[in-house]
Amino acid sequence: MILDLRNIFKDYNQDKLVVPVLKDITLQVEEGEYVAIMGPSGSGKTTLMNIIGCLDRPTSGEFLLAGTDVLALKDKELSNVRLNSIGFVFQSFHLMPRESALENVSLPLSYAGVRKKERRERALKALGRVGLEERATFMPTQLSGGQKQRVAIARAMVNNPKILLADEPTGALDSKSGAQIMELFQKLNEEGVTIVMITHDKKIADHAKQVYHIIDGEISRETGEEAHHEEEKD
Amino acid sequence: MFENIRLSFKGIWSHKMRSFLTMLGIIIGIAAIIAIVSTIQGTNEQIKENLIGSGDNTVEIALYQGDWTYEMGYEGVPAGVPVITPEILKQVKEIKNVDNASLYLSRQDYGGVYHLNTALSGGYVIGADENYFDTCNFIIKKGRGFTEKDYKDFRKVALLDKESADALFQGEDPLGKTVEIRREPFVVIGVVAKSKQFEPVINTMEDYYTYSQDSAGKVYVPDTVWPIIYQFDEPQNLVIKVASTDDMTNAGKEGANILNSYLNTGDDTIKYKAEDLLEQARQIQELGKSTNSMLIWIAGISLIVGGIGVMNIMLVSVTERTQEIGLKKAIGARRSNILGQFLTEAAVLTSMGGILGVVSGIVLAEIISKVSEMPVAISVPAAIGSVIFSMLIGIVFGMLPSYKAANLNPIEALRRE
Ligand SMILES: Nc1ncnc2c1ncn2[C@@H]1O[C@H](COP(=O)(O)OP(=O)(O)OP(=O)(O)O)[C@@H](O)[C@H]1O
Ligand SMILES: [Mg+2]
Repeated sequence: MILDLRNIFKDYNQDKLVVPVLKDITLQVEEGEYVAIMGPSGSGKTTLMNIIGCLDRPTSGEFLLAGTDVLALKDKELSNVRLNSIGFVFQSFHLMPRESALENVSLPLSYAGVRKKERRERALKALGRVGLEERATFMPTQLSGGQKQRVAIARAMVNNPKILLADEPTGALDSKSGAQIMELFQKLNEEGVTIVMITHDKKIADHAKQVYHIIDGEISRETGEEAHHEEEKD
Repeated sequence: MFENIRLSFKGIWSHKMRSFLTMLGIIIGIAAIIAIVSTIQGTNEQIKENLIGSGDNTVEIALYQGDWTYEMGYEGVPAGVPVITPEILKQVKEIKNVDNASLYLSRQDYGGVYHLNTALSGGYVIGADENYFDTCNFIIKKGRGFTEKDYKDFRKVALLDKESADALFQGEDPLGKTVEIRREPFVVIGVVAKSKQFEPVINTMEDYYTYSQDSAGKVYVPDTVWPIIYQFDEPQNLVIKVASTDDMTNAGKEGANILNSYLNTGDDTIKYKAEDLLEQARQIQELGKSTNSMLIWIAGISLIVGGIGVMNIMLVSVTERTQEIGLKKAIGARRSNILGQFLTEAAVLTSMGGILGVVSGIVLAEIISKVSEMPVAISVPAAIGSVIFSMLIGIVFGMLPSYKAANLNPIEALRRE
């Protein structure tokens, strides 16, 4: 089991007021799964994603990532987990505006201490995986939204993480580019990458093998329908 | 590291105007320091060169009364100053590092030296012993030098230096002509010059007073004829030649001690003293130093102000780049990566400021030297030190913003759209 969250609670303190955002979340994800998390705005999806991505700590609960109790790790060790085991993709891409596609993809490799020559090779390979090898020298401003997101996906995948976390990856894209991103996710998942994706969009969620709903901080699993949707898509 | 430096240059370049303005404090501070140091250095080297620059390594030991050389013209021959015998001279020659020593008599004679109606005003008359011209590294430019016979037969012959020849003869050939010293006619037999010609550089009135005596003309006569024009038993001066410039101070002191041990004047203020040129140079340099160290302090304060400016802009930059920092942390950057990135950026920024400052400082120094005709000497260690110091300023003042960046909470950073 790659993700094992049990009884996760997350409260925010605001002006002496305790605001509960996640309430008793229990979620297990097996290796190679493709999970979508849906829910209305403000329901706590991003909050959950940050906890899964080891960017944030829950107020209480247990969380094992690939068998490791990450809540017991120090900040520096958490950085290493993020570097090696997790890939992040965001709605707004978050590319370094003054760096080329290749340099953007190389960034995690330089944190991993990979040498320059190998960095270049691996970044080019990752760009190849998202079909943008010939755009390597382009700057973000010279790329379309869909291409930017693919560069971001290449960056997320370049260290070969176990799990890819995507927070509304198609939220800023038109439906055609969104569909391309979904195809790419499909392909990555078939190659064995575990994907956890947040989305508002039912159609997008339908690409996943498994869909969860978060409503007001509580999670529930969608049942019975996923097989049906998958047939429909094919 | 290289990656960080590359990124820093990129960042600095993408905000050219802002980066330049940020660096300005550093540039001005460093430029001021370099300009000041260069002028100090230049002046110091010139003072040293002016005083000891003839490079002949000779020290003159003369009789002093208090702080002034004993004036024969006013005071008359002092009691208890014995003639310096060949034995005493031999003792002086045995001092360590002393190559040679000679005796001479000297008077600054206002209105006592003439050729026809032309006076040598303020010139010196020197009664030289047979060794004198050798000890002081003179060469004969024209005519001949003194011979043994000149000394023995009390011949009234004179040698001129270039200054006295010019002043008295104004371009005419002085050889064979007559110079009157205290109404006694002397035949000019030659013109002498120091083997290494040296002209002190005169920039200010003070320089003029310090060095002008060197440019007053001198008329040399055999010391045996001295009593004909002046008096018997006048106190002698000593000139010694040492192996190197650094030996001058010591040899001069020891020489003076030997001569003083024979004094019996009953007056403590009358003493032989070595004219210590190195010490003199040092004193003049010290004088300049205190004013200049003040200027350096002021420039230092401008550097601190510059550093605070850098800190300020870096803080703004951290705020601006919150998202970037959050993203980097999300994809696995450690605190140390972020810290390194911002510290490098601050250090690169201020180092560039330092380099620009050194360049403008050199330009400034050259302009100062052109405009005020002061000498400048660019000091390489000062230039390198300045750049290293600016880098340190960047690191010190970049610390706070860099820590702030490294400690940013990535969630908050990413949440900010
Ligand atoms: N730092 C914080 N302090 C206080 N409250 C917070 C903080 N961060 C998030 N919240 C609250 O937690 C709740 C969940 O936020 P979250 O960003 O997880 O929602 P979301 O499901 O991702 O919404 P969206 O679909 O709009 O992105 C919101 O009500 C938000 O106001
Ligand atoms: Mg969200």
